[in-house]
Amino acid sequence: MGDMNLIGSAVKRREDYRFLTGAGTYTDDVQIDRQSYAYFVRSPHAHATIKRIGKDKALKAPGVLAVFTGEDLAAGKVAGLPCGWLITGVDGQPMKEPAHPPLAQGKVRHVGDQVAVVIAETYLQAKDAAELLEVDYDVLPAVVDVADARKKGAPALHEIAPDNTCYIWALGDKSAVDKAFASAQHVTRLDFVNNRLVPNAVEPRAALASYNRADDSYTLYVASQNPHVERLLMTAFVLGLPEHKVRVIAPDVGGGFGSKIYLYAEDVVVTWASKQINRPVKWTAERSESFLTDAHGRDHLTHAELALDKDGKFLAMRVQTTASMGAYLSTFASCIPTILYATLLAGQYTTPLIYCEVTAVFTNTTPVDAYRGAGRPEATYVVERLVETAAREMKLDPAEIRRRNFIREFPYQTPVALLYDTGNYEATLGAAMNLADVAGFAARRRQAAERGKLRGLGYAAYIEACGIAPSNVAGSLGARAGLFEAGEVRVHPTGKVTVFTGSHSHGQGHETTFAQVVASRLGIPIDDVDIVHGDTGRILFGMGTYGSRSLAVGGTAILKAVDKVIAKGKKIAAHLMEAAETDVEFADGVFKVAGTDKQVPFAQVALTAYVPHNYPLDKLEPGLNENAFYDPTNFTFPAGTYVCEVEVDPDTGSVDIVSFTAVDDFGKIINPMIVAGQVHGGLTQGIGQALLENCRYDKASGQLLTGSLLDYCMPRADNVPSFKLDTKETPCTHNPLGVKGCGEAGAIGAPAAVMNAITDALGVRDLEMPATPERVWRALEQAKTQKAA
Amino acid sequence: MPVKVSLTVNGKPVTADVEPRTLLVDFIRAQLRLTGTHVGCDTAQCGACTIHMNGAAVKCCNMLVMQAQGANLVTIEGIAAADGKLHPMQEAFREHHGLQCGFCTPGMVMSAIDLAKRHANLNEATIRAELDGNICRCTGYHNIVKAVQAGAQAMRS
Amino acid sequence: MYPFDYQRAASVADAAALLSRNPDAKLLAGGQTLVGAMKLRLAAPPQLVDLGAIADLRGIKADGGSLSIGAMTTHAEVAVSKEVKQLIPALASLASTIGDRMVRNMGTIGGSVANSDPAADYPAGVLGLGATVNTNKRRLAADQFFKGMYETALEPGEIIVSVSFPVPKRAGYAKFKNPASRYAIVGVFVCEGQGGVRVAVTGAGPSAFRVPEMEKALASNFSPDAVAGIKVSSSALNSDIHASSEYRAHLVTVMAKRAVQAALTAG
Repeated sequence: MGDMNLIGSAVKRREDYRFLTGAGTYTDDVQIDRQSYAYFVRSPHAHATIKRIGKDKALKAPGVLAVFTGEDLAAGKVAGLPCGWLITGVDGQPMKEPAHPPLAQGKVRHVGDQVAVVIAETYLQAKDAAELLEVDYDVLPAVVDVADARKKGAPALHEIAPDNTCYIWALGDKSAVDKAFASAQHVTRLDFVNNRLVPNAVEPRAALASYNRADDSYTLYVASQNPHVERLLMTAFVLGLPEHKVRVIAPDVGGGFGSKIYLYAEDVVVTWASKQINRPVKWTAERSESFLTDAHGRDHLTHAELALDKDGKFLAMRVQTTASMGAYLSTFASCIPTILYATLLAGQYTTPLIYCEVTAVFTNTTPVDAYRGAGRPEATYVVERLVETAAREMKLDPAEIRRRNFIREFPYQTPVALLYDTGNYEATLGAAMNLADVAGFAARRRQAAERGKLRGLGYAAYIEACGIAPSNVAGSLGARAGLFEAGEVRVHPTGKVTVFTGSHSHGQGHETTFAQVVASRLGIPIDDVDIVHGDTGRILFGMGTYGSRSLAVGGTAILKAVDKVIAKGKKIAAHLMEAAETDVEFADGVFKVAGTDKQVPFAQVALTAYVPHNYPLDKLEPGLNENAFYDPTNFTFPAGTYVCEVEVDPDTGSVDIVSFTAVDDFGKIINPMIVAGQVHGGLTQGIGQALLENCRYDKASGQLLTGSLLDYCMPRADNVPSFKLDTKETPCTHNPLGVKGCGEAGAIGAPAAVMNAITDALGVRDLEMPATPERVWRALEQAKTQKAA
Repeated sequence: MPVKVSLTVNGKPVTADVEPRTLLVDFIRAQLRLTGTHVGCDTAQCGACTIHMNGAAVKCCNMLVMQAQGANLVTIEGIAAADGKLHPMQEAFREHHGLQCGFCTPGMVMSAIDLAKRHANLNEATIRAELDGNICRCTGYHNIVKAVQAGAQAMRS
Repeated sequence: MYPFDYQRAASVADAAALLSRNPDAKLLAGGQTLVGAMKLRLAAPPQLVDLGAIADLRGIKADGGSLSIGAMTTHAEVAVSKEVKQLIPALASLASTIGDRMVRNMGTIGGSVANSDPAADYPAGVLGLGATVNTNKRRLAADQFFKGMYETALEPGEIIVSVSFPVPKRAGYAKFKNPASRYAIVGVFVCEGQGGVRVAVTGAGPSAFRVPEMEKALASNFSPDAVAGIKVSSSALNSDIHASSEYRAHLVTVMAKRAVQAALTAG
C-alpha cells in the first residue's frame, strides 16, 4: 500500500543521511584524474586601464601549465557574459548593455574583476605564480555609491553609458498619481537606503571542467542553481559550443540564495581552458573571492511617498529609486529593480494609483543581481515602512490602517501590472496578532522600561510574486528565456519510479517534497520514488531554482508527467481487465474498473508496459516513461504578516529581537517541516539585513571594506530568537497543487518588521539599515538633543 | 622541505610527508579524501571545518597539519557507528530538520557534540551563545538549536 | 600561505636557540591569529618554531596569592580551570569570551599577549590585574609590556613562559563584542587588589590602556555610579567601520560600569 497521507506531512528528509555523515558531494569534493588548479588574478583597483600584462615570469614558475588573459580569450573567440533580461527605458530605448568579458580586456571596473587565470599542477603553485604576473595599471577615479553614479564629473565605467546610466524605466500613470497627491489630506514621505548585501552561501562557488578529446565534449561540475541555464548561456552565447557536447552537473550545492543562478566568468574560463591544456581544471573560490565576485544584492536609494485621505485610506504612491547594477550587468540584474520590484508596490493594499521610476546605474562595484527575495524585499520595505510611518503620523493603529486598505476581493488587478489570484490578508494579520500577543505588548513595554530597556513592536504585511510566468508575458517584458519547468517520470518495470526534474535543490529538500507529491499521486510508498536533479546529462531540460518557483512550477511539471503516466496506465489496465478505458479509475495505487471488483495494481501495469505480452501493441507503445513541460499562467502570490518585537539597550544601542512572529499564506503545503525551515532561514537573512549585514566600499579608493567575515557580519545563532510560526491557506488557483512558494518570504518581510519595531522602540521616524548599535545609539542621542532644544 | 607527520584519524594511524604549509583541512580533504570536512571561509569564522582533536573541537582550516602531530582526530566520517547507524546528535539533526543545504552541517554536528560534552545542562541561551563559531546561512538556527538540545539529551541517556 | 621552514621546539631553550639562529623566525603558539594571517599572505615568516610540544609551557598553578598560567595554556583551559574560577573568576570569564569555542581550544594566553592585538581580550586582563609577564629572560610588569598596536616590550628571541596574576579582592570584565569578528570593540577590566584599583581597556585604543581617572574614582567608591560620569577622550581612540572613536569612548564608560557591577556581583 502507498502512503496516503503524504501531502501535508512532515516527512523527514531523504537527503539528510549523506549530509550528516559527510557523504555529500559538493563540487570541490569531486576529484578527476590529472586535474589542475586555476587561480584568478584579480584587479586590486576599482577602476583602471590595463597597460600591459607580462606573463613570462609566471609561466616559468614551478608547476605552471598555462596563463591566460583577456587577449587569449578574445583570440579564442570567447564572447562576453550575457544579460538575460532586456529592459526598455522611458525613452523607448533599450538599456545600455556593456560588454562583460570573462577576463578583462583593457580595463578593470571593480576590485576583484578578473584579469588573468593561472593554471598549475597544485592550487598553491597557481597562487604562488599569480604573484609573478606583471600587470601594469593606470588607476582611474572610481565611483561606488549609487547616489554619486550620475553626478556631473563622475568617472564613466563604460563608453556606451557616459552618464553611468543603464536605463531609466517607469511603471504607472504619473499624471494621475501627481493629481492624487495634490489633493491628498496627508502625505508620508521617507527616504530609504536598501543596504547592499553579500549572499554568502557557506559553500563558496566552485567549478571543475574537463574536456574529452575522444568525442570533443566537455563536463562541467559547478555550484549552480540551474545547470541547464548555465549550459545554455555558456554554449549559445559565450563559448559558441554545441550544446549537446557540454554536460553541466550541479551536484550537491551548499546554498545559493540567488548567487548561484548566474553564469560567472570563472565557469566559462575553466571550461574553455580545459580544452586548451587538455586537462581538467578546478577552481574553488576563497571566501574573499566570494565577497568580491558573487553577485551582491539590493543597493537601492529610494524616495517614496504615500498619499492618504483623512481616514487613512491610501490614495496614491510615488516612488523614485536608483538601483546599482555594479560594474557590469549580471545575468538577471536588470529585471530585479523593475519587473520584480515596482510591480510589488501595491503590497496587500488597494492603493489605486502607483507610479514608480527606476534609474539603474553602473558603479565600480561587484555586479548586483537577485539575492533571496530579489526586488520584493526592497518593495516590501518601501510599502511597509511608509504604511507604518503613515499610521504613526496620523495616530492610527498600524494594524487598523492596514485593515482599512486590505484587498479583500480576488482576483485583484493592481495598478502595477499584477493580477493577484487569491489571498486573505485579514486572516494572516489576525493570526499574527494573536500569536504575537499584541494585546499584551503595552504591559511588556512597561516591564521592559522598568528594566531600563526600550521595547518596540513592528509589523510587515508583505506580498510576493513567485514563479515568474507565463513565458510569453515575461518575453514581452524583456525576458530572454523561457520560464517553464520540465520534468520526467520514469516508471521502472517493477513499478519503482525515478523522477527527473529541471528544478535544483541546494537546501530546499526537493528529494523529499517532490517524492511526496509523486508517491501521493501514484499511491505508492515514498521509498519507491527517487528524485534526480542537477545534471544536464540525465535531465531533459530545466530552468532551475530561484524565485521560490520549484514546487509551483517544477512540481507541477512533474505532476503533469505523473498524470500522463496514469493516463497511459489506464489504457494498459483497461486492456488487462478487458474493460473500456473510460471505465478505469485510478486511486491509491490501483487501477479499478468502476463499479466492479476488478483491479490491477500500479506495479503490474508497469511490468506489463515493459513485458508487453498481453498488451495492445497495435494501439500503444510499450514502456512507461513520460515527460512534461509546464508554463504557468500567472505568478503565485504568497503573502503574510510578520510581527517583530525588539528591546533596545539605550546604553549601548544594542537591539535584541525578543520575539518574532510570522504567519504566512503559502497556499497548500506539502511538507510543513521543510516550509518552516525555509521561513526560519529567510527570516534570519531578513533580520541580518536589518541589523547586521552591510556591504561597504571606500568612497575614495573603491576598495571593499567588508571583504571577509571578520568585517561583514553574518547572523549567528545568538542574533536571532526562536520564531513563532503559523500558516493560513488560500490555495493558488492556477496550479494543480495549489502551492505558492515559500523560499523567500522571510527575507522579504523581515527587514520592514524589524525596522518598524526599532523605530517604535526609539520613538524616531526613521533609521537606516542595518540598525547597528552605534546607529541606534546616535539616534537616541539625537532624540535627546532634539528634546532638550 | 617536506616534513613527516603522524596522527590518528577516525581510529586509523596515518603517516605522511607534507609541505609544512599544508593546512590540516587540506590534508584531511585532499590527502585523506575525507571530504565531509568543509571549507567555507578563510578567516576561521564559519566553522564548516570543525573536527575533534584529542576530544576538543577545533577549526582545522586555521591550523597546520604539523600542529596535529601525534594527535587523535575525529572527523564527521568517524561519528556514525560502523554499521552506518547515526550518532544521537546526527539523528537529532535529522529529526528536527537542523540542516538544509548540508554544507555547514558536518562542522555544526562536530561542534554540537563537543558542546553537549562540555555542558551538563544545555538551555537555549547557552546553545545559541556557544554556537557562535558556526555559521549557517540556510536554517536560521531555529531547528539547529532544537536539534542540539535533543541530541545532547539523547547523548546523555 | 608562502612556504616556510618548520621546526618543533623540544624545550624553551631549544626554541630560543632556533630563534637566535633565525631572527626572522616566528614562534607558533596556538596559531589562531598567526596561521590566519599567513593564509591571507599578510604574514610570511621564513621559519616557524612550534611551541606546541613543550609541556612545561602548559598549566595553571596557584601559589600564595598569585596565579601563574603557562604561556601555552589555552583559553578553554583557563575558562574552565577550577583554580582560576575560584581565585580570579573575572579572568575565567574573560577567557570564555575570546573568539569562539573552537578558537579557545587552540588559542593560548602566551600567543594572545605576545600579539598585543588592539582588540584582543587578554591585554585588558593582564593590564587590569597588574600581572607579570615572565619570559625566558626576565619578568615584565604589565604596565611596561604593552607598547602599542601589535607592539610589546618583548625583545628578539624573547619567549613568554608564563603570566602571573596577583589574586585581587575582586575584579570584573565587560566586553562589547564586534558582532562580526567577536573581538572586543571595547572591553573593560576592573580590579580592586593589593595595589589599589586598576581599570584597563582593550579594543578602544591602539593597545590596552589604563584609565587613571576611573581608578581614582573607584578607589574611593567602588560602584558603577563612580565611573558613570567619567568619559575618556575620543581623540586617541580607534575609529573604523564598526565603531567611531566617539562611540568607543561612550562604550568605555558603559563597559566600565558593567565591569564594576560584575566585580561586585562576583563578590
